[in-house]
Amino acid sequence: MMAEAGLAALWLAAAMALLQLAGGLTLLRGGAGQLTPLIKPAAIVQGALCVFSFFALMYLFTITDLSVLLVASNSHIDKPMIFKLAGTWGNHEGSMLLWVTILSVSGAAIALIEKRIDARTLQVTLAVQAFIALGFFAFLLFSSNPFERLTPAPAQGAGLNPLLQDIGLAFHPPTLYFGYVGLSVAFSFAVAAMLTRQVGPAFARAMRPWVLGAWIFLTLGITAGSYWAYYELGWGGWWFWDPVENASLMPWLAATALLHSVSVLATRNALRAWTIMLALVAFAMSMAGTFLVRSGILTSVHAFAVDPERGSFILALMLVYTSLAFIIFALRIGTVKQGEPFQLLSREGGIVANNIFLSVILAVVLIGTLYPLAAEAMGDKISVGPPYFNKTTAPIALLLMLALLLGPMLRWRRDDIKRHKYWLVGFFAIILWSGVALWKFAPDIGIFPMLGLAFALALAVAAWVPLKGRKLLRTPLPVFGMVIAHFGLAVSVFGMASESGFSKETLTALAPGESAKVAGWQVKLADVNPVVGDNWVAIEGEIVARTGGRSFVLRPQSRQFFQPEMQTSEAALLTRWNGQLYAVIAQPDENGDGRWQVRLWWKPFVSFIWLGGVLVALGGLIALLGRMFRRAKKPAKNRWSEA
Amino acid sequence: MRPKHQRLLLAIVALVALIGAGLIAAAALREEASYFYTPTTLAKAQVAPGKAIRLGGMVQQGSIVRAKDGVSITFTVQDKDQAQKVAYRGITPDLFVEGSGVVADGRLRDDGVFVAESLLAKHDENYVPKELADIDMSAAEHTKDTLAK
Repeated sequence: MMAEAGLAALWLAAAMALLQLAGGLTLLRGGAGQLTPLIKPAAIVQGALCVFSFFALMYLFTITDLSVLLVASNSHIDKPMIFKLAGTWGNHEGSMLLWVTILSVSGAAIALIEKRIDARTLQVTLAVQAFIALGFFAFLLFSSNPFERLTPAPAQGAGLNPLLQDIGLAFHPPTLYFGYVGLSVAFSFAVAAMLTRQVGPAFARAMRPWVLGAWIFLTLGITAGSYWAYYELGWGGWWFWDPVENASLMPWLAATALLHSVSVLATRNALRAWTIMLALVAFAMSMAGTFLVRSGILTSVHAFAVDPERGSFILALMLVYTSLAFIIFALRIGTVKQGEPFQLLSREGGIVANNIFLSVILAVVLIGTLYPLAAEAMGDKISVGPPYFNKTTAPIALLLMLALLLGPMLRWRRDDIKRHKYWLVGFFAIILWSGVALWKFAPDIGIFPMLGLAFALALAVAAWVPLKGRKLLRTPLPVFGMVIAHFGLAVSVFGMASESGFSKETLTALAPGESAKVAGWQVKLADVNPVVGDNWVAIEGEIVARTGGRSFVLRPQSRQFFQPEMQTSEAALLTRWNGQLYAVIAQPDENGDGRWQVRLWWKPFVSFIWLGGVLVALGGLIALLGRMFRRAKKPAKNRWSEA
Repeated sequence: MRPKHQRLLLAIVALVALIGAGLIAAAALREEASYFYTPTTLAKAQVAPGKAIRLGGMVQQGSIVRAKDGVSITFTVQDKDQAQKVAYRGITPDLFVEGSGVVADGRLRDDGVFVAESLLAKHDENYVPKELADIDMSAAEHTKDTLAK
């Protein structure tokens, strides 16, 4: 019964979207027809219906209704409740339903709260949003119905991939989806602004919170995904340049560029066409990400089912939306007036540099991710891995960091380099000093880690400079947000460089009682015991790690799951202020002499990577709160000083 | 600078940057893209030692030899017609057993042994390395042949 209600709600929601689209089209054809007043209410109803539909599916997972195909093939009666809930979106159909639900709820939110742009642009925005939603409704209803019944109902259910039975799963995909969908809102605003010829600061200020919000979620999603891969896969790495990771990184790069350029448009009314272009690219990257992850074209834990039909459907949607948007761009961009001019050495110039470096990184990541797919279509099997990505992105990212030392200090419009010469000399001294120190004491860590550490130290200082000479209590929150986000970047890069330059690894086979050494730690395998969990059994190593007279116990596991049958490694992590000790135990050595394979890493300052990521997101949040708070007090007044 | 020129200049800068990105990517791809080989295609191709490649096939029955240190192994990857010796140091993936499919990233050593830096085995029904999905069939036939003998 609930399944049928959920499906009916989905059909009704699709009808609402159609209504909005029709209303938007009549509006653009001239007259404000009878449909136009219906657009806003329809958007709100559509959001409510989708929420109902999503909760209906969640309810079916909660009670493990095995007469529903999706539940039967992805859940199991013995599964812990939290994973039953998370199972709602831990599969293809459910995740697409979540996608469209978030999309519709954003539409409803725009309809309810957006007051800054004129009614016409708002209505067209909602129509564009509905047009995107329609594609996904069609996808759900015609090829991925989450509510399909299964007769006869099985007794147990197939279970969920054990790698995904993790608390990280409960939050990782929804976080990224909020990001992807937030960018769809930016896209809708951009298309609507072109169609109604309202590309200007008002539109930028309406779009900015959505970009900022999407960007915060993407930042958190990527940070969490990276940490998940780090502790769950047991390979000791935190970024694998897996296409699925790239699928989340590419929208983030585009969103970061957009976030900066939209701020120029809102504050200085410059970079108009540029910002529109970035909004289109950012959403295209979200769609590409959804396509890469959901089509099954990739080998990954994220590719739930390999079904060419679904892949083609998402690909077709992506091509329709982006090509339509770029056609509109080509037709209308001539009518977008040139924005305010600025000199090369200015805040605008700095942001242009930021945008260009980010776009170049985005381009090389995109090429590296798509090239194997293109080659495969031509019959060649090629894989592009970390050597390519590290080599191409690291130098550009370092240049970006250099630009970031100076950029935020610059004045809008024009500036004089002489004003900043003492700071520049100071940053140069930090870089030189740390570079020489590293060269002398750790000459073999590699050029990128060395430069990364040096630049990160300089940036950790430079990030705070914009606060100089301000009365802290009267400084707008967005400035604090910017400072914290830039400082977070420095922290994260410091962690990355330190991890890649100074990690120590020991791989050995130990019998209980034997010891090994890794980077100043004396590590003893004290014991190995069997343990039993809800739906798995494991062997658990008791590892005693000693350093400087203190000792700690780590308990890594090698788990065997039953439903479905699979083995996973649960790494044990010991976090100290200056790094992490990472231990993995494997199944017994098959020579039969009672030894166990143990892999140990000491990773100095590795936790800074994610700490930095969280700081970056926190900076975004502070900026977002600042925007909302200021708006409540003093509606949208243009000021040069804002960041 | 007149506004019109500024817009043009920005467009040119962006274009140059993107072309530059394309060139960087092309150059790096030429060096770092690793091609997928099966033992048969590897035997035919002249692959220089030290070049990053990817090898896929089935682990030959009875070929896994574990070294004294407990963490190094050698084994043979085979397909229908050819076999390739592989050396690996590390924890093997959970489903790495004789007769199962494997994809190895690594490089050929001067003596013709393939030194794997990472191994990817078939994880479960829903997670098959793409390269293996294609070769499973022929390899399965081959295993059957071997068993029949």
